[in-house]
Amino acid sequence: MSQAWATHPSQALLRVAERAAKRSRSTGRRRLVLISGLVMLGIAIAAILAAPLLSSYPPNALDVLHPLAPPLTPGHLLGTDQYGRDILARILYGGRIDLAIAFGATSVTLVFGTIVGIVAGYFGGWVDNLLMRIVDLFFAFPFLVLIIAIIAMLGPSIFNMFVAIWITSWVSYARIMRAQTVVAKKQQYVLAARTLGYGRVRVMLRHILPNTASAVIIFSMVDAIGNIILAASLGFLGLGAQPPTPEWGTMISDGQNYILSSWWLATLPGLAIVFVGVAFSLIGDGLADVLRPGER
Amino acid sequence: MTALAGGQSAGEPLLTVEDLHTYLATGQGVVRAVDGVSFTLGQAEVLGIVGESGCGKTVTCRTIMGLTPRRIAYSSGRVIYHPWGEGNILDLSERELQKLRGTHLAMIFQDPMTALNPVRSIGDQLAEAVTAHTRLPRAQARDRAVDLLTRVGIPAPERRMRDYPFQFSGGMLQRALIAIALASSPRLLLADEPTTSLDVIIQDQILSLLLELQRDTGMSMILVSHDLAVITEVCDRVIVMYGGQIVEEGDTATIITAPSHPYTKALLEALPQGGHRGPLRSIPGAPPSLIDAPAGCRFVPRCPLAMHECTGWTTELVETGGPGHRARCWRHHEVGRATAWQASDSA
Repeated sequence: MSQAWATHPSQALLRVAERAAKRSRSTGRRRLVLISGLVMLGIAIAAILAAPLLSSYPPNALDVLHPLAPPLTPGHLLGTDQYGRDILARILYGGRIDLAIAFGATSVTLVFGTIVGIVAGYFGGWVDNLLMRIVDLFFAFPFLVLIIAIIAMLGPSIFNMFVAIWITSWVSYARIMRAQTVVAKKQQYVLAARTLGYGRVRVMLRHILPNTASAVIIFSMVDAIGNIILAASLGFLGLGAQPPTPEWGTMISDGQNYILSSWWLATLPGLAIVFVGVAFSLIGDGLADVLRPGER
Repeated sequence: MTALAGGQSAGEPLLTVEDLHTYLATGQGVVRAVDGVSFTLGQAEVLGIVGESGCGKTVTCRTIMGLTPRRIAYSSGRVIYHPWGEGNILDLSERELQKLRGTHLAMIFQDPMTALNPVRSIGDQLAEAVTAHTRLPRAQARDRAVDLLTRVGIPAPERRMRDYPFQFSGGMLQRALIAIALASSPRLLLADEPTTSLDVIIQDQILSLLLELQRDTGMSMILVSHDLAVITEVCDRVIVMYGGQIVEEGDTATIITAPSHPYTKALLEALPQGGHRGPLRSIPGAPPSLIDAPAGCRFVPRCPLAMHECTGWTTELVETGGPGHRARCWRHHEVGRATAWQASDSA
């Protein structure tokens, strides 16, 4: 940096101006990442909410005369499956389940894991030990096996899939939040807050959380994609949505028998997953930049 | 700028500290950070605590506030805050301490840059300090926050309320922190090196502000600093700490004109003299390790007056004869007469 000033002042000023312009450009670009992610997610949500308007077929209506119709068949924009069900309708209605999992499963684990993490990190000592050993217990099991075991016990259904995710995936949030809290609680501003006679709950919620929430919020975006894929995987294994309920993973699983003759059965719901996944991932990246300004 | 309220120290006591010990359990051993500190602070009195780094000044303050790390810190002795009754503060529960801290005691810190929450606006944090212990409608809390900012001399307070800490300069942040500390109208303000991270001009402004506020509100103040110049500028009475103990205590005037402990004298001589060019004086050696403090007088390794007897002396504060003036040196009457310190090489 000091070398920039070693030249003539006007030159140095120019260089600084250039750098500033570059910075503001890259700030704009980073914001663009967030906005494009939000727009993509908005499109996806609008589409699944407007499913009855976008598709003239109910998701389970059979068109027995046109099974396995390829995309762009008149009347079936994205073709039909082996029973003649409209793929577009099934993707749109199926998206409701997948996005419900993205939001419903993720938000609960986000909140619960954050609370556990902040309590463990702030209180420390035996509270921390107890909570973190419980977290370790969950990490000690292969994640998917644990989920499958829970669903197997409860019986396969969409709600039980939610329950299985709620039970298992808060642990990552707890770990992230604990690590962040341990760092934050040593900061002067936390000591200063305690000096003002603020209670523990106030210190945790109003002084530590605002400084640490960005990490878990950003992670939750990644986790949301993970949960969609998990739901799809469980659907694929027959442990999630039960036929004939449309769900992207189940659709891919159904389509795999026809992958060589009728590629669209498995590919199109797969693309839907990719679309939503990219949307969440862009939001996550964008949020990382917006919530942590000046870190790069 | 000598203190106005010099004579008031004889009035009602506000805080009494008796034989305070705070030991910290660390990996290297037990650190005897505060080792038998006793003093009394009067109403509306400004008390200075001075000493090198690692002499126990900060730990003393934190112990009074009940902010020592519970897992590793062990305190004994008595801290009595008189408006709260004659009970020992050290025995209070966390909940009672919280109440006491929020309403009677306040503290400001050395580094204003880190003492405010970076992701919340100044106004938000100030309003929180106002409403934390008294129920107030939002609008009123805001007004009070603006008043406080005006009081500490922040221009355009209405607009500055929306700013974040990174938009404030160091001096402004310290003013904001003082405003936050004053939000609860404390009776006792502990200022732990409040001006150390600021430049001299701002330092002077902050000290004047603190003094002015202290006079207006009639609160008492403990000012901790390693800078004897700062202390003498502001305080009515001075405590000099060394190695976790008080080595000298007395009126500011007595301390500067007739120091009775070699350490105080050394500190005074280490002050750079304006307009006087010459080698900078320092005190040879370093403060003692508080893990295994030497027996006898702790200043012996650095003391030019040290004699063999000093190491065997059971140290105590000795009355020197001056009013309220005590020193932890059995040869205190010789300190004033001792020849100037040998100018140590500043290297």
